[in-house]
Amino acid sequence: MIEVKTMLYRICRFLLSLSILASAGCSIEPWVQPYERAHLADPIMSFERDPVASAYRDHVYQTREAARGAEGGGGGGCGCN
Amino acid sequence: MAPRAVAEGDVAVTNPTTMRGAISIVSWPISKQGLFCLQIVLLLTCSTGLQATVLPEDRADIMYHRYDGGGVEVDGPSILVRKSFSGNVSLNANYYIDSISSASVDVVSMASPYTEERTETSLALDYLHNKTLMSLALTSSDESDYQAETGSFSISHDMFGDLTTVSLGYAVGNDDISRNGDRDFGESLKRQNYRIGVSQILTKESILDIDWETITDEGYLNNPYRSYRFLDPLSENGYGFQPERYPNTRTSNALALRLKYYLPYRAALSGEYRYFNDTWGISANNVEFAYTHPLEKDWVVDVRYRYYTQNAADFYSDLFSRVNEQNFLARDKELSTFQSHTIGFTVSYDFHPERWQFIDNGSLNFSLDLIRFEYDDFRDITRGGVAGEEPLYSFTANVIKAYLSVWY
Repeated sequence: MIEVKTMLYRICRFLLSLSILASAGCSIEPWVQPYERAHLADPIMSFERDPVASAYRDHVYQTREAARGAEGGGGGGCGCN
Repeated sequence: MAPRAVAEGDVAVTNPTTMRGAISIVSWPISKQGLFCLQIVLLLTCSTGLQATVLPEDRADIMYHRYDGGGVEVDGPSILVRKSFSGNVSLNANYYIDSISSASVDVVSMASPYTEERTETSLALDYLHNKTLMSLALTSSDESDYQAETGSFSISHDMFGDLTTVSLGYAVGNDDISRNGDRDFGESLKRQNYRIGVSQILTKESILDIDWETITDEGYLNNPYRSYRFLDPLSENGYGFQPERYPNTRTSNALALRLKYYLPYRAALSGEYRYFNDTWGISANNVEFAYTHPLEKDWVVDVRYRYYTQNAADFYSDLFSRVNEQNFLARDKELSTFQSHTIGFTVSYDFHPERWQFIDNGSLNFSLDLIRFEYDDFRDITRGGVAGEEPLYSFTANVIKAYLSVWY
């Protein structure tokens, strides 16, 4: 339980740091403008285009290998809202 | 898929949220079943976090999966349905079945072939507030000798002009392990995942993902059916078996880098590297390269190659010199030293049904991967020979996925 509390504290501290960074980031001029993200928005640029399929592939590896974690599971695309 | 129209200020991409299916693992480390559950809920939540902060697309997928290799056959369906409500809430559900028929080298050498079925259900909720996405997920997995319940939470946020998406995830799972034919046997396992990910736009044509994940286990990590092998001069074949003994804790760390690059003629290259280590003395590396090429208006082909290598756990041996040689003893080939090579392809066909107005578009997909495993210190004792000098084990597995996806 203590470990969980410690971890939650660290997460909260990290989120606070991120919030400060994000606030500072509002003034950063994006070097790739939203209208320049057409290529990034193409579905072929998604790391995980089909969620069920890529999840199953990852789990096949998980069953046969000792390594685990950081499989991804998202990302790619234009990175914009 | 065909490229979507993109206009200034309207470049939202709703990449699919990854839903983790799983294949059952009775014939391999049983503790991984709970890991699947944990991975599923973590990815149900985290996967949306690693992309731009938008709700996942409304879509449904139905897949038939099949794994065939090393005497193990696993197949079954997976169904995913995802629907958003009121613009900032999305629900998704997954139903998954593994039907297992196992006559693996472990099973053949120490027990009898068997069949088994595992059912898994997942439910997840995403909530979007401005540029922050919060996700909750629950997963339950049920098998005759293993029950796993897992919950997770994640949060992600866009920053720096939406060039960067940072996500954090946490998951906890509790597993109950039993042993068929032994009513007195009952163990438990608790697992926790901590994950952080950064998705960074580098240029107009490239994007980078960095993921870090720490996983801790506390409890019963053995496979209750597996045994280690030791030299026994009194035995006819020169060796005997005793139940494995694993440590009750394990902590692992994994760091992955993924890069995707858009080629000028509308194609994509991607690369991945992952480093892994754990407190059992295992370290592993894998690299993967993939190429995506749209052929015609509605066809897309993916080809890929992956290489994986790991060293053995500190307490692994194919053949111990005597019974109870050390405190912890394992002969699980997934804890041995080995390499694997994967080559695979996926063919996708997009369609745009005009009859069914409730469907925007859909795709039919077929995927095949061939995985070659070559073990450096795990021997195939089913082929006979002097104890400790049997041929090294190797096998090839075929992994098939056939699925239909629709967006609505």
